Amino acid sequence: MAALLQISEPGLSPEPHQRKRAVGIDLGTTNSLVATVRSGTSTILNDEQGRALLPSALHYDKQGLSCVGYEALEHDLSDPLNTLTSVKRFMGRGLEDVALFGEQLPYQFAAGGESGMPKFATAAGAISPVQASAELLASLERRAQLALGGDLDGAVITVPAYFDDAQRQATKDAAMLAGLKVLRLLNEPTAAAIAYGLDSAGEGTIAVYDLGGGTFDISILRLTRGVFEVLASGGDSALGGDDFDRAVAEWLREQCQIGSDMTPQVQRQLLAAAKSAKQQLSEDEGTTVKVGEQSVELDRAQLAELIDPLVAKTLRSCRRSLADAGVKVDDVDNVILVGGSTRALRVREKVAEYFSKEPLCHLDPDEVVALGAALQADVLIGNKSGDDMLLLDVIPLSLGIETMGGLVEKIIHRNTTIPVAKAQEFTTFKDGQTALAVHVVQGERELVSDCRSLARFELRGIPPMTAGSAKIRVTYQVDADGLLSVAAREITSGVEARIEVKPSYGLEESEVTRMLQESFSHARDDMAARALREQQVEADRIIEDIRAAIDADGEALLDASELECLVKSLDELKQLRDTTTEHRQLARKIESVAKGSESFAARRMDAAVKKALSGQTLDQLEGEL
Amino acid sequence: MPLSKDYFSLFGLPVSYDVNRRELDAAFRALQQRYHPDRAATGSDAQVREAVQQAAFINQAYSALKSPLARAQYLLELAGVEADYESQVTRDGLFLMEQIALRERMEELFEHPHPFDELEQLRSSVEVKFVECEESFTQAHTDEDFQRAVDAVAKLQFFAKLLDQLDELEQDLEDR
Repeated sequence: MAALLQISEPGLSPEPHQRKRAVGIDLGTTNSLVATVRSGTSTILNDEQGRALLPSALHYDKQGLSCVGYEALEHDLSDPLNTLTSVKRFMGRGLEDVALFGEQLPYQFAAGGESGMPKFATAAGAISPVQASAELLASLERRAQLALGGDLDGAVITVPAYFDDAQRQATKDAAMLAGLKVLRLLNEPTAAAIAYGLDSAGEGTIAVYDLGGGTFDISILRLTRGVFEVLASGGDSALGGDDFDRAVAEWLREQCQIGSDMTPQVQRQLLAAAKSAKQQLSEDEGTTVKVGEQSVELDRAQLAELIDPLVAKTLRSCRRSLADAGVKVDDVDNVILVGGSTRALRVREKVAEYFSKEPLCHLDPDEVVALGAALQADVLIGNKSGDDMLLLDVIPLSLGIETMGGLVEKIIHRNTTIPVAKAQEFTTFKDGQTALAVHVVQGERELVSDCRSLARFELRGIPPMTAGSAKIRVTYQVDADGLLSVAAREITSGVEARIEVKPSYGLEESEVTRMLQESFSHARDDMAARALREQQVEADRIIEDIRAAIDADGEALLDASELECLVKSLDELKQLRDTTTEHRQLARKIESVAKGSESFAARRMDAAVKKALSGQTLDQLEGEL
Repeated sequence: MPLSKDYFSLFGLPVSYDVNRRELDAAFRALQQRYHPDRAATGSDAQVREAVQQAAFINQAYSALKSPLARAQYLLELAGVEADYESQVTRDGLFLMEQIALRERMEELFEHPHPFDELEQLRSSVEVKFVECEESFTQAHTDEDFQRAVDAVAKLQFFAKLLDQLDELEQDLEDR
């Protein structure tokens, strides 16, 4: 299969025995963790005090960031405005979204930049959720560098499966700001399945039930010969263990005959009492709850009555996802529990009852996501032989385009396996129309106003034609991280526009640059130089790759003018690579050369696949893989 | 990005409506093991981009062959048949009557004394019709009678939609 290998060089493993430092990071709402694979086993990396968790908390003072983690939590009561927690909830969100959270938030917000992203007003100035997350990542990175004895080569960072494009992009921006090379954004339930799947070496259908503090995720996967295929994922982004606490607190309030117009202090007291009672009932049959002067008895049966309606809601989501996956509940071989809220016994009972089997929970539900991410990082960085494990994930929410009348036309449906590219043709509405507005949205609803707006751009320069005769092909492409890019092209004239979806809530390019300059201490000076160097390496690589390809198949697959054109563009790239000091300029040229060689690459793959697959049985094929 | 003209040969399968699902799944996994962007995670941007396109193409081919309806449509596309399935169906009066009767039964589900039994009956009768359409498609496709094949696909499309709606109805019934 030499022909195939020649093309897919990225598949080649690095030299043997040269292990790279790769980690998995669970960047959580409440706690974050980092893990790595050591002698074949995924292990959590503890801090110097031997603690696994890094509370996702930061404290700022006039000088800037003063501390993170447990230390930052100590400031929570004394200096709440300068102590940030739960920043994950703000990732990729706009000010208007934050207003919809509908509860008292302990922060003050500064007006966002042009991006409209909320920023926390702290003693150190306005801090964006992306900046704060970057600091958490940097802290975990330092922990890992100490443990592994050097700089990291790459990281897999987990995100909730329901995260939309804006939230994913914000997470990636945070990693970039922390100077981490992101190998992959991985869905949390999928990470958990990997941790269990490789642990139990099980094959078959897996349901991952992930109940956190504020969110619920369900994913249905199939594991066959090391390939994890996500069949469907769903859930409820506004349902979690905190709702259990609220239900219990409300019951306590009634029992103690406290009016619903209680002060925030009393409210907080009730919530705290509810939470600790809930946790106590995972150990004991009954507990006495003290609220001020009063004592209330709460037992498991009463707790069950309070939380059952909420658990039932999660099971309805499970049923929906099973239907999406085309899997019957009896077909599920293993159920995995993830998230702190699955510690509640009642949740375990109901899940076991629904799936008619005992769920797996022998891995710590707080750690399992980071452990799985580390396994994936190890494979992606090339420490394991490549064909051991492969993950095929899906897109959690449909991607669509606005059409006439504020309606959404779905282009990529939810639960489609990624990466994916889909194109659809549209036409002009008026005679002589020369521009077309493309509005990219994400969500399941019919109306644009009910979906999340991701990006808008315009295709201009359409030659004037009668209404309905222009042919505009809009292509959506989602990469393996679940991130979207969109291109629009008028077919008769070839006019084109494309956009990497930098959602309205993400960071503007200028903002990223500025933030990099401001807060990126260890590389402040050599940023530009490093970027240039990276692009030069990239240029060398692409020149080499394409020349090798031309040597091999150029004459067979290209006609004379195509060949000449390709060679000319390579010469231009080489010249620019040797002369320019502007890394962006070089990057643009690389991009254009890469695009120019796409059809050649496509023909080569076509030819290679035909050659490779002809005359072989499948078993032979799989035997070789 | 036409990486290959024909999804069947991509997976090493004969061009036919009858697809061995086990072979298709195995070939799909084998191709993704090789071409997925994860295999290029440490590669250059250009390599990653290429891998994304390859993997996307493989995914597209897989989903087209996996679904009976999409597979039938793809076979007609391969045969160079362009069709407007909707106008094709409406000329079949008998089919139209049948369709109206099925819809009426679905609308009455919520008032039905045993809605789940009724739903199961509806589902199995639609499934039987679906299989009948598949058979007539296979026959027409083999005979290269594309008019009949298009007609069968249009009906398949209708029954597939009905089955989806029945799934939704079942959820609504359970949730009420």
